[in-house]
This record gives sequence, C-alpha cells and structure tokens, in this order.
Amino acid sequence: MIAETGLAALWLAAALAALQFVLMVLALSTDVEAGRTIRSIAVVQGALTVIAFAALLLVFARSDMSVALVVENSHTAKPFIYKVAGAWGNHEGSMLMWVTILSVAGAAFALLSRRTSERTLVAALGAQAALALGFYAFLLIASNPFARLFPAAAEGRGLNPLLQDPGLAFHPPTLYVGYVGLSVAFSLAVGALLTGEVDSRLARAMRPWVLGAWIFLTLGITAGSYWAYYELGWGGYWFWDPVENASLMPWLAATALLHSINVLAARGALKAWTMMLAVIAFSMSMVGTFLVRSGILTSVHAFAIDPERGTFLLALLAIYVGAAFTLFALRGATLKEGAPFELVSRETGLVINNLLLSVILGIVFLGTLYPLFVEAVSGEKLSVGAPYFNSVAGPLALLLAALIGVGPLLKWRSESRPVFKSLTVPALLGVTALVITFIVAPDVGILPRLGLTVAAYLASASILPLIGRNPLRAPLATWGMVFAHFGIAVALTGMAMNAAFTSERLAVIKTGETLSVGPWTVVLHDVAPTAGKNWTGIEGELRATRGQGIVVLSPQTRYFSNPPMETNESAIGTFWNGQLYTVIGKPDPSGGWQVRVWWKPFVTLIWAGGALIAFGGALALLGRVWRRRRREPNWRERYA
Amino acid sequence: MSRAGRFAPLILLVLLLAGLVWRLATPADTNVSSKLEGKAVPAFTLPPALPSKLALASADLATGKPRIVNVFASWCVPCITEVHVLQDLRSKGVTIDGIAVRDTPEDLADFLARNGDPYERIGSDAQSRVQIALGSSGVPESFVIDGRGIIRYQHIGPIAASDVPMILWKVEQAR
Repeated sequence: MIAETGLAALWLAAALAALQFVLMVLALSTDVEAGRTIRSIAVVQGALTVIAFAALLLVFARSDMSVALVVENSHTAKPFIYKVAGAWGNHEGSMLMWVTILSVAGAAFALLSRRTSERTLVAALGAQAALALGFYAFLLIASNPFARLFPAAAEGRGLNPLLQDPGLAFHPPTLYVGYVGLSVAFSLAVGALLTGEVDSRLARAMRPWVLGAWIFLTLGITAGSYWAYYELGWGGYWFWDPVENASLMPWLAATALLHSINVLAARGALKAWTMMLAVIAFSMSMVGTFLVRSGILTSVHAFAIDPERGTFLLALLAIYVGAAFTLFALRGATLKEGAPFELVSRETGLVINNLLLSVILGIVFLGTLYPLFVEAVSGEKLSVGAPYFNSVAGPLALLLAALIGVGPLLKWRSESRPVFKSLTVPALLGVTALVITFIVAPDVGILPRLGLTVAAYLASASILPLIGRNPLRAPLATWGMVFAHFGIAVALTGMAMNAAFTSERLAVIKTGETLSVGPWTVVLHDVAPTAGKNWTGIEGELRATRGQGIVVLSPQTRYFSNPPMETNESAIGTFWNGQLYTVIGKPDPSGGWQVRVWWKPFVTLIWAGGALIAFGGALALLGRVWRRRRREPNWRERYA
Repeated sequence: MSRAGRFAPLILLVLLLAGLVWRLATPADTNVSSKLEGKAVPAFTLPPALPSKLALASADLATGKPRIVNVFASWCVPCITEVHVLQDLRSKGVTIDGIAVRDTPEDLADFLARNGDPYERIGSDAQSRVQIALGSSGVPESFVIDGRGIIRYQHIGPIAASDVPMILWKVEQAR
C-alpha cells in the first residue's frame, strides 16, 4: 500500500503541474486573475511530492522486498541509517528526490515571494510547473521508483559499501537542494522574459533564491570533497571527475549570477546578461544531471548506463534550455540597458568577475565534454585530467582571487578615490608570503607558490570593506561578503599548502616496523581482525609520533559480502597544522602489510574555507531577508 | 543587444545537443584496444622464474615462429583456470612463454605442480617493470607475438575455453 500511495501522489502531482502550466498560459494570454489559484496549486503539488518521497523512505526503512528498487539497493542486514539513505543512493530514488525538491522549491516560492509583480510570479510558477512536469514524466515513464517485484524477493542485493557512510546521508541531498534550488532563478528569468519585467525589482526578488541555492551548492561540494577524501582512500580532495565537474559548473554559474544580480538590483544594468546567467545556472544543473544519469561519461561515480533514460533526459534538456534560449533570443532586444557606469567602478569590477567566472566555467565545460566528442569523432579514448584543469583554470582562478581584493572597495558608477592605496598592506603581506616560500621551500611549483601569495594578500584585503567604518553598523550582507571572500583565501591556503608540502609514503612493513613521513614516525604496532554489522575486515594499529605524545590510528580494510566488495577505511589524525592520513592494504606474501601514509599540512583549511564561504552566504541571505521584512512590515497581512 | 549575441546561446545549444545525440546514438566501445598491437615488443631481459626453467628476454620472442606470451602469477586466481586452457593451446601446437609477475620461486613451483606447466620459458618480473612496459594492467593477460617480435594481439583477462578458436586464428594470422 505504501508504494502505491507514493505512486498515486506522484501521478496527482503531475496532473496538478499540468493544470498549473495551463492556467499560467491562460492567465498570461487573457486577463484572468489566476495568481491565488496557481499559488495554491503549487503548494499542494509540493506537498504531494513530499508524500511520495516519504513513501519511498518508508519502504526503504521497512526493507519492503516486494519493491524492486529496495531489492536492488538494500539489504535487511544494513544499519538503519543506510537503509534510509539508500532511498536516494540509486537512480530512481535520487530522481524522485530531485523532483521533490523542485516542486517544494516551487511551493516555497509561491508561499514566500512578495517582491515579484503578480504577472511575473504567475509566469514563473507556470515555468516551474513545466519543469516539474517533464521530470514527473521521466519518473513515471522511465524510472518508476515504486515498481513492484512479484513474487517478492527474500533478500535484497545490498548497497554499494562506498555509499555506506554518514557522508552519503547528507552530501547528495545538500547538493540537490543547491542544484534544484536554482530552478527558481531559472523560472523567474523565464517569467520575467515572458512579461518583459526585467528590472531591479525582479533582481531583488531573485537574489535570496540564488543565494539560498548557492549556499547549499557550496556546502554540498565541500562535503562531497571531504567525503571523497576520507572514504575513497586516495588522499585527494578533488579529482576533476566528470561528476564533480557537474556540481562545480552550476556553482560557477551561480557564483557569477550572485554577483551580476547585485548590479541589476542596485543599478538596473546588465539585464540581458543576468537573465542569461539565471538560465545557464539551472541549465548546468540539468546538464550535470544528464551527464551523471545517462552514463554517457565514464566516471568514478559508476552509475549504470541506460540509453533510454539518457535520451529522455536529453530531450528534457533540449526542450527547457532550448525554450529559454529561444525566449531570450526573441525578447532580448526589448531589454533596455540600465544606468551607464564608468571604467573604474563597482560595475566594472563585477563585470570582470563575471567574465573570469564564465571563462573558467567554459574551461571546465570543455574539459568535461571533450573526451566525449573526441571519441565520437576519432574513436580515440582519452581523459582530460588535473593537468589540464589546473594549468588552464588555475591561473585564471588566481587572477580572480587577486581581483576579489579590489572589487568590493570600488564605488558604484564611478570611482575617483585612490582605492589602491588601501591595498598597500595586503600587497605587502602577499610579497612577504612570496619571499617566505622562496626561503622555506625553494622548489615548489609556481601555482602553489602564487596560491600562497594571493591567499596572504586576499586574507587581509577581504576584510578591508569593514575597516574605516563602524563594523557593527555595516549591513549583514557586507559581513557575509567579507566572510565569503575571506573563506576563499582560507581554502586557497589549504589547497596551496596541500599541493606544495604533502609528503607521502607507501611501503610494505611487518608489525613492529616503522616508516617515517614528514615530521612523523609511524609504527605498525598490530594488525587484528575486526567485524561490523555487514562486513568483516582487518584493522591496523598505527602509532604515530613526532617527538612528544603518541597518536593511535586504526585504518581498516573491510570486506562486504552484499554486494561483494572491498573498501579501505582510512584513519585520519587531525592536528592544528594538518592531517595524518593512513590507509592499510593487502597483506604481502612475505608477511608484511601495505601501509600508505600521507602528512598533509593545513589540508583542513580547504573545507574550513568552503564552510566559511557558505557561512558568508548565509549571513548575506539573512541580511537580505531581514532588511526586507523591516521595510515591508505589512507582509504578514498581505497573504494572511 | 545585437541579434547575433541574442541567438548565439541558442546556436551553441543546438550544436551541443547535436553532438550529444550523436554520442548517445553511437554507444562507446568500452573495450580499451591495445596501443601496442602492431608494435615491436619492448626490449627486456628477465631472470628465470624457476631454476629449472629457461629465462625470457625480448630476443627470445623473434625466432621466426609466432608465440604467446602470458602474463600471470601464482597468486592470481583466474590464472588457475586459464592455465588449463593454455595447456590445451599448447597441445594444439602453440608455443607459450610466461612472465610471472611479483612471484616467488616456491609459490610458482607449487602453482605449476598443482595446475600443470604449459610454458616453454618463464621470466620473473619481480617489480612489474616488463608488465608495465607491455601496457598490461593486470593478470592474466596474453600477447600473440609474430616471428619478428611484433605484438599482433593483446588479450585482456583470462583466455577462456571458448576463446581457443579465436586465439588459434590469431596465431595462424601471425605466421
């Protein structure tokens, strides 16, 4: 019954989405007042998808082996949390989560939006319904998560052990909220292009949604990076894997949008560009979903290849992005550019920010798709890896980081003050960092060296907007910006430190033997068998020391039987100045054990920086919403 | 905004979609074909893997007759089934040499005693150097090499009984 309830809710939601779309067309072509009705439909539609998703969680939680999806992805012996998380650790479940977030975002937008004009709101909700409709069709026709298995299976096949990690419980949902949250910006842009109301009012209405989605994307990418780092046992935090790039591309577009939207909100300029970015940001989410779900690219995220689903998703992508771009081409001419600005101004700074982010986005996009087209044209297999991305996007990212220090100091429209003077101290700090790297480490690569230089400069330059005024009276949004920009400096420091100073040892050692890595001496004290609820394994006891005190680390190799698979559970010791990362591997015929140890100075700063960036976004969002409520005290009465 | 600027995103999208449709319609060949086929065996000299067996060097492979070089190891489970197929190939007149990867003489002698020995020569590749030079990423893997020492065919994974006619044909072609 539970599965059928879920399926019925999904069908109902699809019908409501169709109704919502038709009403939008009617409302825009005639003068029918449909705002209230459409809002209500959007809310009910959102509630129905929540019911469907809850039904899926329930069948997974109860290990209902008459549901095909549960049989394929779960097992009764699995710990409870992974039974629940298993609901979205597969294609159908994750697409249902996608759709649920999409229509909940639409419902939230219908409930909360108070800034948009009624016509644009109706158009945007119609666009949101059209988006949802396609994905409902995809679920109901090509990926039904509630399909029954008759007769029911006695036992499930289990969940990929790599996914049996707390990281899985949070990383995909966070990322999805980010991906799909961008749909509101997409729908608003489409709505505004339809009604022709592209103005600063629209930008202010769109901004909190972009900020919200962007915060979740930032958190999702940061969490995913840390998950890959400790779970895959490779000791790296970013692999330029197609699926990682699929999450990075919407983030880059949303970051650009976040900045250009401020120009539109404050000055009424960059109208066409901002609308384009709003369309592109969510399009990148859809491209990412297509790349991941069609299995068209080979990736460590080994998802099943399915041409039918790929074709379906590609058709949806073509319809939505094609329609939005066509609308843009037809309506773009009617957009009048706003107030002019001079060469040295906040606007110019943000334009440069947008250009650099767009070029980086283009580089990542090309690098991700290039192997695909080369293989299609010449049949040659190749992969584009870190060397390309680092050497092409790296310098541009550094340039962007350097400019972040300048942009926020400039005034809107025209800047005549000597702002560059205030950058003297940051510039000196940067030069000092550069000199120190030459003294301490004369032979590190050019990118890490420049990274440390720029990070030192940016860390100090990013707080300049708070200096020379009473920081407590600065708007929350300014604080948010400062935190986010400072977070970039922090993350950059972690990346550069990791690239420049990581030391690694891989050795076969017997118990009692030692190996040294960086400042550490590590003894393999013991190796013992161990077991968990659904795995057996071996656990090494490593005793590490660097002068005083002993740290005990216990990396494991786990053997899962459902499905049969072996995973390495790294053991990581975190210290104020870095992490000691240890992995134990197979026994050697000689009686030794493969042990791999990394010393990664300040690597934690990468994720701390990511968290700071997201925290800055949250502050800015709070500032925007709070200010809005203060200005519109009657918001509660309007829709009570 | 200029007309070209407004339509550019749409045109780019159409191109991208065309490419993706084409790519979906022609599914990728998931086999990684060997880059070494048609090339000479890289020069190497390996010590004998067992005192009782002849050693293997690249010079031993250019003797005018086609041969199979089998990269294997006593610690490799699929190699146990494969070695029986190799004996079948040997009984059909194919000369087979072995490269034992990261093996010890004791383990190897035990392996051959249990499962039979189809090999004429076995070189010991203790550090996987030759294996890597051959472009082999795992065990077992086999190479059909013609009389001039040119690699004609690379077989990834164990040779199954059903592969025997195909392998014989490859050997015949290499004559």
